[in-house]
Amino acid sequence: MTLNLTHEPIEGEHFTITSESTGDVWEIVVGLEVHCELATVTKLFCGCPNMFGDEPNTNVCPVCLGLPGSLPVLNHQVVELAMRLGRALHCSVEPSVFARKNYFYPDMPKDYQVSQFDRPINVDGWLDLPDGTRVGIERAHIEEDTGKNTHAGGSGRIHGADYSLVDYNRAGVPLVEIVGRPHIRHPEQAKMYIDELRAILLATGASDAKMEEGSLRVDANVSVRRVGDPELGKRCEIKNLNSLRSLGRAIDYEARRQVDLLEEGIAIRQETRHWDEGAGRTRPGRSKEEAEDYRYFQEPDLVPLEPSAEWVAAIDAALPVLPAQRRTILAEAAGVGATESGVVMAVQRGLDGLALAAIDQGGEGRRVLTHVEHNLAVDGAETLDPKHLADLVGLELAGQLTATQAKTVLAEMVSSGSSPAAIATELGFEAMDSSELEAMIDAIIAESPDEWSSFRDADEKRQAKLQGFFVGKVMKVSKGQADGKAVTAILESRRNAPA
Amino acid sequence: MASIPTTAIEIAAAVRSGELSAREVLESHLDAIAAREPEINAFNLVLADEARAAATTIDERVAAGEDPGVLAGVPLALKDNLCTHGIPTTCSSRILEGWRPPYDATVVQRVAAAGAIAIGKTNLDEFAMGSSTENSAFGPTRNPRDISRVPGGSSGGSAAAVAAGFAPISLGSDTGGSIRQPAALCGVVGVKPTYGMVSRYGLVAFASSLDQIGPFSTTVADSALLLEAIAGHDPRDSTSIDSAAPSLLDVLDQGVAGLRIGLVTELMGEGIAPDVAARVRQAAEALAAAGAEIGEVSIPALSYGLSAYYLIAPAEASSNLARYDGVRYGMRVDAATTAEMNAKTRTAGFGEEVKRRIMLGTYALSAGYYDAYYGKALKVRTLIVRDFETAYKDFDLLLTPTSPTTAFRFGEKTSDPLSMYLNDICTIPTNLAGHPAMSVPFGAGSDGMPVGVQLMAPALCEPTMFRAAAVLEHAAPPLEEAFQ
Amino acid sequence: MSAQLTRDDVAKVALLARLELTDDELDTYTGQLAAVIDHAADVAALDLADIPPTAHPLPLVNVLRDDVIRPGADRDEVLSQAPSVEDRRFRVPAILGEEP
Ligand SMILES: [Mg+2]
Ligand SMILES: [Zn+2]
Repeated sequence: MTLNLTHEPIEGEHFTITSESTGDVWEIVVGLEVHCELATVTKLFCGCPNMFGDEPNTNVCPVCLGLPGSLPVLNHQVVELAMRLGRALHCSVEPSVFARKNYFYPDMPKDYQVSQFDRPINVDGWLDLPDGTRVGIERAHIEEDTGKNTHAGGSGRIHGADYSLVDYNRAGVPLVEIVGRPHIRHPEQAKMYIDELRAILLATGASDAKMEEGSLRVDANVSVRRVGDPELGKRCEIKNLNSLRSLGRAIDYEARRQVDLLEEGIAIRQETRHWDEGAGRTRPGRSKEEAEDYRYFQEPDLVPLEPSAEWVAAIDAALPVLPAQRRTILAEAAGVGATESGVVMAVQRGLDGLALAAIDQGGEGRRVLTHVEHNLAVDGAETLDPKHLADLVGLELAGQLTATQAKTVLAEMVSSGSSPAAIATELGFEAMDSSELEAMIDAIIAESPDEWSSFRDADEKRQAKLQGFFVGKVMKVSKGQADGKAVTAILESRRNAPA
Repeated sequence: MASIPTTAIEIAAAVRSGELSAREVLESHLDAIAAREPEINAFNLVLADEARAAATTIDERVAAGEDPGVLAGVPLALKDNLCTHGIPTTCSSRILEGWRPPYDATVVQRVAAAGAIAIGKTNLDEFAMGSSTENSAFGPTRNPRDISRVPGGSSGGSAAAVAAGFAPISLGSDTGGSIRQPAALCGVVGVKPTYGMVSRYGLVAFASSLDQIGPFSTTVADSALLLEAIAGHDPRDSTSIDSAAPSLLDVLDQGVAGLRIGLVTELMGEGIAPDVAARVRQAAEALAAAGAEIGEVSIPALSYGLSAYYLIAPAEASSNLARYDGVRYGMRVDAATTAEMNAKTRTAGFGEEVKRRIMLGTYALSAGYYDAYYGKALKVRTLIVRDFETAYKDFDLLLTPTSPTTAFRFGEKTSDPLSMYLNDICTIPTNLAGHPAMSVPFGAGSDGMPVGVQLMAPALCEPTMFRAAAVLEHAAPPLEEAFQ
Repeated sequence: MSAQLTRDDVAKVALLARLELTDDELDTYTGQLAAVIDHAADVAALDLADIPPTAHPLPLVNVLRDDVIRPGADRDEVLSQAPSVEDRRFRVPAILGEEP
């Protein structure tokens, strides 16, 4: 049975699935676990280069190969970057210890992973999404990466491969695992979370955060529950999410799969599933050969980590202004809400500095944001004089330039560096005076009496459509020089005038 | 040929002065090996060629007016769990047979830098798990004093090599007594330094929080010399103490006048052979005669030491030995899948005792048992540390037997692991606490076999410990003197 | 014979530790391990609720190294020690289980 399900946002923030057969409304609950490689020069516990794409087994030594007798020594910069990230995520930095997670796997040289278990370095923070949602961060701990298996023979994939080849270049590369709380309710929100986290990773210099190169890896814990149910449902962990697109699709698919089962009265089995991008579905992982029992215990080859209050304070003092804060600052300056797309996009595109400067120079906030969001490429924007942007907005508001003209002038400003006034003059963009415009509109009305009378008598919905007809004509005749707002105002006054 | 002195100090002095060549010193020791090694089996590998080349280099340096170092030309045996670059390092295990490490252990570098000549890799209980060297994949080592008896373990090869005159000094590792107990059973000096004093980098791990490398020698002074050479901070070992090596040779003649030395009640009664206990009392009298104040001290938590140790050490070992999986080095038994290959390799490659401890440790750490066993053992460790702290408020040093008995015969304890484990009862507590301890020969038992007495000291108090050891060495009855 | 340690426990830990045991070995090891675990019953029975664990004998903290490249191992030397190598990588039989 396949249910016919519809998406329906409720309260503007929840993403729900409504079953057409039962009418039940289901809520998606997502928690994300992100592993990101830290941007250090060397590995976590040895002096081998932390480098992507080198010849196999070149960046190795006794320590990261786990050779008998070798011992780990913790990289100072790993702690620094992990704490920077932790503080950027509003975590508290705690005294921490490393533990061994014991399991056999050929890409893991010691057959245990050194990770932080019951005493992680960063705990209990949060991350604010551009849509205003606050997603809790349970922990962000340090651990080591594994090597890389290449499957050979057979299908070339792990299933059915005849054998595998192991490269340990990546073994021992430092990772931070960021465990988010299940506060995400929407596939788009999950993508937003990753985008936001990536921006923070880049801003703090903690990681280059490239999902395509595997330096940022996302696992999604997905469950569903009936809206209003306080209990969380059984979750499945989705792996192999190699892009934001996969992340969104996988959550969407998985949630529907779970609703399907639950509506049929079948319980969800807590399991690991893999996203198959080609087939557009999740599949169960292969069951483990033996029961999981990681036998965690404190790593006796390392000593506890207790960053001093001074170290943490120095990290706080050096933190850059983070995306959420930048949105707040820009929104306040522009006099708009922090979740507005102009604000979000300006920050995401790194143009919030320009927007702030233009507003500071007297540019009206909303119009400045419109240009930054829609009319400005990131390339070249850095050469733009904020004063010129403010002036451009001023000309627009004074009715000297139409929106269309302003866009053209802006493009010219970027390429020539000239002032908007000079460019407008050069391009012959002079404001039509209003009597000229009124005469033009009256002539157009006279040319189309049938359309005009329908426009006058139409209901609201139809009126909007017919208005477009007249605005279009005016724009055509004026060759785009007419100000759209002025045109609608005149049309409105004519329509309301007694016949 | 001039007669070759028996101690490292004398040999180094003669080689440095040009009185003796390193090469002739070496040849005399290689002759000794040729004569008795077949019956003793102290070595997994004798490095005759490498040693000759190294000795020649030392001689050339002396001839050129250089000083090759405090161990110039001294033959030295290395326990075969110390990594030697390009030279097989087996841990007496089939699973590592033929493995040539691509690097040297820090101690191996340090003794070479001090001019010592590595003469061979010595036999041990597989992965240092045992108290008799019977658990070696390459056959047991025999006690040079009586080849029907064990040399102790796990560093049985290193102890026997020194006792048999194959080398004046050797290095071993001590996790629960693996230096001190074979030293006692073979009648030589053996030292377990403070945890963190000697770098563990390149020591194949058994139980990381307990393992410590230390010297064997025929004299207390030679152990002092070797320990000074290998001690000191190593940035490659996170658990290495960040301080300079202690001065030991300089304090050896300072005596024990005024030192307070405690006999540990719990380690003088039940389970300790009467002849061994008698020797310990005799040692206490000797210390008293030299001016020490002797008292008795009770350390109640010691009664839990053995249990705690046999949970903690196997737990760490179960994890440390996971890496022997047939993927990167050592033995592989092929199979259709990696998991099967891992299991078949480990099953064929590890001996019984190693399997026993891996399983014991896996059990102690596994879900549902962690709190009752491993977790409890860590807390007992705290109790032991606290009890030692209390004892050391009243005493500078503690005196105990090293081993409950003298050297036992082959096969006597192999069928009952627990009876073998009970051998470690006197030596384990200092490993749990991280404190230094050493065994000094002190006459023979009723069977004519050597008895060792153990000195224990607070962390970093090796100098005091060595002062008392020197007094005991001086006062020790000759081995040939019958036990009364 | 231990009340706690059973033949099944030993079979389970052998599986976790990747060791294969024959039936006879399973019996022998169960007896031997049970004796050791029985001996440890004194420890297991202690009430140590207020005692902190000592995982390590040293009170050291924050041992860190600079983020500076150090020479590693020679690849050919390392690969020369491997039981099976192909294409400069370590070759292993088919991997069936999932990585956790
Ligand atoms: Mg992890
Ligand atoms: Zn490395």
